[in-house]
Amino acid sequence: MTHPFPFSAIVGQDEMKRAMILTAIDPGIGGVLVFGDRGTGKSTSVRALAALLPPITAVAGCPCNSASREDCPDWAEIRDETLVEKPTPVVDLPLGATEDRVVGALDIERALTRGEKAFEPGLLARANRGYLYIDEVNLLEDHIVDLLLDVAVSGENVIEREGLSIRHKARFVLVGSGNPEEGELRPQLLDRFGLSVEVASPKDIDQRIEVIRRRDAYETDHDGFMAHWTGEDAALRTRILAARALLREVKASDDALRDCARLCVALGADGLRGELTLLRAARAYAAFAGADEVTREHLRAIAPSALRHRLRRDPLDEAGSGTRVERAVAEVLA
Amino acid sequence: MLAPAPPPERDPVEVWGRAATAVALLAVDPGGLGGLWLKARVGPARERLMAVLPGLLAPTPAARLPLTLTDEQLFGGVDLAATLAAGAVVRSRGVLGNGPRALVVPMAERLTGGLAARLAQVLDAGQGHCVVALDEGAEADERLPQTVADRLALHVDLSGLALADCPDLEIDPDLIAAARARLPAVRLPADAVETVVRVAHRLGIASLRAPLLALAAARASAALDGEPVVTEDDLICAVELVLAPRATMLPAEPEEAPEPEAEEPPPPPEPETGDDTPEPDADEDNVPDMLPEEVLLEAARAILPADLLAKLAAGKAPRVTGASAGTGAAKKGNRRGRPLPSRPGRLDGQSRIDLVATLRAAAPWQVIRRRLTPDAPQKVLIRAEDIRLRRFEEKSDRLLIFAVDASGSAAFTRLAEAKGAVELLLGEAYARRDYVALVAFRGDHAEVLLPPTRSLVQTKRRLAGLPGGGGTPLAAGLRSALDLADLSRGRGLTPSIALLTDGRANIALDGRADRPTAAEDARRMALAVRATATPALVIDMSPRPQSQLRDLAGEMNATYLPLPRADAGRLSAAVAGALVP
Repeated sequence: MTHPFPFSAIVGQDEMKRAMILTAIDPGIGGVLVFGDRGTGKSTSVRALAALLPPITAVAGCPCNSASREDCPDWAEIRDETLVEKPTPVVDLPLGATEDRVVGALDIERALTRGEKAFEPGLLARANRGYLYIDEVNLLEDHIVDLLLDVAVSGENVIEREGLSIRHKARFVLVGSGNPEEGELRPQLLDRFGLSVEVASPKDIDQRIEVIRRRDAYETDHDGFMAHWTGEDAALRTRILAARALLREVKASDDALRDCARLCVALGADGLRGELTLLRAARAYAAFAGADEVTREHLRAIAPSALRHRLRRDPLDEAGSGTRVERAVAEVLA
Repeated sequence: MLAPAPPPERDPVEVWGRAATAVALLAVDPGGLGGLWLKARVGPARERLMAVLPGLLAPTPAARLPLTLTDEQLFGGVDLAATLAAGAVVRSRGVLGNGPRALVVPMAERLTGGLAARLAQVLDAGQGHCVVALDEGAEADERLPQTVADRLALHVDLSGLALADCPDLEIDPDLIAAARARLPAVRLPADAVETVVRVAHRLGIASLRAPLLALAAARASAALDGEPVVTEDDLICAVELVLAPRATMLPAEPEEAPEPEAEEPPPPPEPETGDDTPEPDADEDNVPDMLPEEVLLEAARAILPADLLAKLAAGKAPRVTGASAGTGAAKKGNRRGRPLPSRPGRLDGQSRIDLVATLRAAAPWQVIRRRLTPDAPQKVLIRAEDIRLRRFEEKSDRLLIFAVDASGSAAFTRLAEAKGAVELLLGEAYARRDYVALVAFRGDHAEVLLPPTRSLVQTKRRLAGLPGGGGTPLAAGLRSALDLADLSRGRGLTPSIALLTDGRANIALDGRADRPTAAEDARRMALAVRATATPALVIDMSPRPQSQLRDLAGEMNATYLPLPRADAGRLSAAVAGALVP
């Protein structure tokens, strides 16, 4: 199947879709964590989003999708310097991936056959300017998680080993998905995700039927289905691009900042990353809505996604952290 | 531990018939169905089925995947031996590089998370690959990882079938080929989607992949029968093979007031025949009077495993998967840790080369090799057999958390014995790399008296004067232990919890003296322990063993050990025996 399932054809799961759109508007929000049951369209929506986004312009031969010749890392031997349009990269990080495959390593066959020291870029290079998707992120091995944390924060991948000393840009939106029943995520990694979304299988039977119907149409009547939904996707793309342009104009008043801080204090979130992300996401959301100022309405809508994973874990609170955030939002932003 | 439930009684002829249908359907649409999860021990039944499979799947070749499969073998990569010989990069195609394959995975219950994730990726890519997972799991928690199981449409359980139950399968390959040709044209009747989704919902199947796969199976079945449109029989077949094995609950009778829907006629009043017994008239002529949904549910009900309810009650059916999923104990890194001497080996993408050792191995041969290949462009002539791989040894350190009840009158003796046990265990810790921690709970709270340590000196100092007496905040104690376990897991330790108590919980988590709440809190904490799959041991030190503690151990998925009047020596032996392999 060449074309992924269209983003706008995904039924329901509005919070997840919104979170993904916001990271497309402002990649600085810092990634989305999607926790939920199997078969709820987690991977489908990541792949769909990439197909939805406008292509990036990159140097054809550059291993890390640099935008111009000057941006290319000096170790890369670039044979093809033409600028081409590439789809936004979505790189899968499989669970068993080794450190070498993730960060890159010495190109062994060249070292041995030609006696040259060359660097073989890894998944992080390929994900630059795009998305790094980790399914079952909660089962990822700890040392890979450590690597990712480091790179996700600095936006740069530094390799110092086996006689190599190499760095390249690795700015990507981290999208992780997983099933919380199979293991928790380490708090350090949890905090690095800007937004966190909980998805569940739709309970509403009509919604379920609609999901299956669309999926079935996608598989059996591919062309007709795509013809219908490509238009919708194009409209959404236009909106995202408009929001990107508007993003700088969106103002956040002192009151909005105060609201962010009060929310985080009320929830007892550790650190200041909560406020920062909340504000950034709310700004992106305002831009998406075409507003030029962040209002309480925007904060209210975004707060659960931006804050629910930053609370102290309480194994006995069966209500779930989403509800706790909503409660706090109702109190603080009353 | 409960005795394993007896296998459900099933009609072997029907089971074998379903297995045959499953194989035929898979052959018709391997890519669309994703694959087959075959639960069977090695035996004649499985062999018979597997013997016909390659012929049916042709032209899609079957490839047997070893569990130690590397990425290079699967996805293709550099063929090192050929590369070194040729002096230029030679790539191998990998199992998946040459078009669709039927990947046969033996011992699928031992599939690691990494390989399972990759197989899931392969299936999601939709390039026509399919997976036949041969699951030989004997225990309830030995099973195919859910990531893969969810993506395989057909689930068949052959356990309990003897050779006599399995006549030779005769499926005509020409029939399959004709069905494949017909498949793209098969249409679904208007309400099929809705019906299948409803049935899945009422069987308690959360994943939306299940109804999709069921529809694909129904289509394949219709193609096999030569029908242009999916019939009710095809849907029944799909429900039996795809939905029923995934059921997590017995379908309830139709709800009194279904959600308001325009096109759906209200269910006709049905003769009540009983709760879950299959209705005897389901196959008779009045079938058209029933809603297709009900017909399908009947079909599912008839083949639901009889022990489903029992498993649900024991909390075993849901998916707390132990060994194959979850982070934790299995830490066999050849990537970090104490370096070991290099070994000859193949580069497989997982291991790292020891360049110096490799060059050293190649050095003595240079003269001879140069003489053999005088024109070689390389400066150093290295062959595949020179490759030396780095090896590391890393052991995940274990942490034993003692949660000790310091309440009541017997507190002093119990604490003293626990302390003795800790010190005894620590005495051997240098040999075994164990850390020990101690949480004591009394009065209205719990405190970590000894953070994870291997230091005997520190232990002795910290545990010198232990306070005792007061109520039993069992839940608080468990929570402290669990928090400590989570914390230590993040630091790469593998925690286990040993709970030493003689009493019942009488202080709730919020510090109130309220027996029912306290018991409830303790129960919920126990479930939380179970959810993290932390190995645990409950030692009942009361003079007479108590059923509440036994139940609590059950909730925790822990071993229950009544040990009245235990002394430090017996305690440490028991703990070491039960938790530390």
